[in-house]
Amino acid sequence: MSGSPKIPSSEITPEETFLNRRFFMKSAVWAGSSLATAGLYQAFAPRAEIKDVGQVITTVSEPEIQSVLAADEKVNSYGEIAGYNNYYEFSTDKSEVADKARNFVINPWSVELGGLVHQPRTFDLESLLKIGSVERTYRFRCVEGWSMVIPWVGFPLSRLLSLVQPMSQATHVAFETYYDIKQMPDSGSAGIDLPYIEGLRLDEAMHPLTLMATGLYGKTLPNQNGAPIRLVVPWKYGFKSIKSVVKITLTDKEPATTWSLANSREYGFYSNVNPTVDHPRWSQARERRIGESGTRETFMFNGYAEQVASLYAGMDLRKLF
Amino acid sequence: MIFTADSRFHRQLIVVNGLLPALLMLVDGWRGKLGANPVEFVTRATGVLTLVFLVLTLLVTPLRKIFGWNWLLKQRRLIGLYAFFYSVAHLLTYLVGDRDWQILTVAEDVYKRPFIAVGMISFILMVPLAVTSTNAMIKKMGGKRWAQLHKLTYLITIGGVVHYYMIVKSDITYPVFFGVITAVLLGYRAVMSFAKA
Repeated sequence: MSGSPKIPSSEITPEETFLNRRFFMKSAVWAGSSLATAGLYQAFAPRAEIKDVGQVITTVSEPEIQSVLAADEKVNSYGEIAGYNNYYEFSTDKSEVADKARNFVINPWSVELGGLVHQPRTFDLESLLKIGSVERTYRFRCVEGWSMVIPWVGFPLSRLLSLVQPMSQATHVAFETYYDIKQMPDSGSAGIDLPYIEGLRLDEAMHPLTLMATGLYGKTLPNQNGAPIRLVVPWKYGFKSIKSVVKITLTDKEPATTWSLANSREYGFYSNVNPTVDHPRWSQARERRIGESGTRETFMFNGYAEQVASLYAGMDLRKLF
Repeated sequence: MIFTADSRFHRQLIVVNGLLPALLMLVDGWRGKLGANPVEFVTRATGVLTLVFLVLTLLVTPLRKIFGWNWLLKQRRLIGLYAFFYSVAHLLTYLVGDRDWQILTVAEDVYKRPFIAVGMISFILMVPLAVTSTNAMIKKMGGKRWAQLHKLTYLITIGGVVHYYMIVKSDITYPVFFGVITAVLLGYRAVMSFAKA
């Protein structure tokens, strides 16, 4: 264009300044973009260091319960057990639960036992711990296909139930987890109805392997593992082992359970570990043991068939999965 | 393609930022910092990164049309190649971590698990796009046919989002997040072509 105005030479940026400014801009973009990318990655990467803040629990030995671990099975580390949790009330990201549950208030705590019992009673934590703790190292198999070996501390549920004397017409036991959206602000996106509820048949609940766990590695449970008290049913998929229990109710019918309410086709009431019945979206024949490379075979009833198979004699486990 | 100083700079930025997550993951893996279940983390991370780069390729056209950022066009194939790169990493993680290198079991798995089938189809559709991402291929195919073929990206991205949605247990936040973005980006195109017609 011929009519373009003349730019006075004083307004033209000297080449050196221009290049300097450009270099500065480029450096800023480099730093900004790579920091943003790295930061985004870090936000989603697994959290590091798990601190052990538990208090020591005194346990009594019980030589009659033999460890059923095979020679090649190692107990998982504290960091693995306390750093990889399914606790949807806090987060659906397993590596994030420890952090999100850090300030969960578990003191005071009480567990209400009621329903079809002769002596309904509310227990505080202290009286629960007085029942007497033992150490039990169990396999833990998640329905998602991973597993661990966990050294629990706790007491058989049967001992707690006997204190409230179930009535003869009681056939099942219903459990409920503590729920408070103020303490669990991320629970809204969990995609399951809360509070979390679970259930067992009474004979399953009374089985000597069924544990109310209050500790891990000889110390009180970390919040993320279901403090201060949780159920552990080692021959069932992990989601049956309900965490942070506040209510135990004896009933005469099969209780509703959270995951079968969410998807009854995928999660049944029994949910016994069974390598021959696949989850509709994945195989249950093998499992990834946390801390190991490769996968290993999944055992019927998670390797506890000898102790529990008789509970299910004559049942079609394909139908009653 | 002619590279100016600017487009070289853009290219370098994308190369480095695209590679950065993979490098950080390698470093974390080396230091044993990928959490209790590294296979699960790497599978999820590479899958999500594939979706991120797919969505970024779909973002190029709207950004050009709305803001006139035409320089993005020169970088789109590179962004697409990163989607392919992470999808290959995703597939390899599945083959090593989930299948224990038992390649023959993959066919059975595709048949048994619909979400694997959806993911696999999306991956297979990406292969011709990656192969035809060179200047020579554009010339050989002709720009119009090339552009037609690369519209497969729409289907691939939808497939990726569906694949993600099908595997989550109950928290659908992230699949829905990607689903909404994809719907907006594809919806934009639909509206524009409708307005033109």
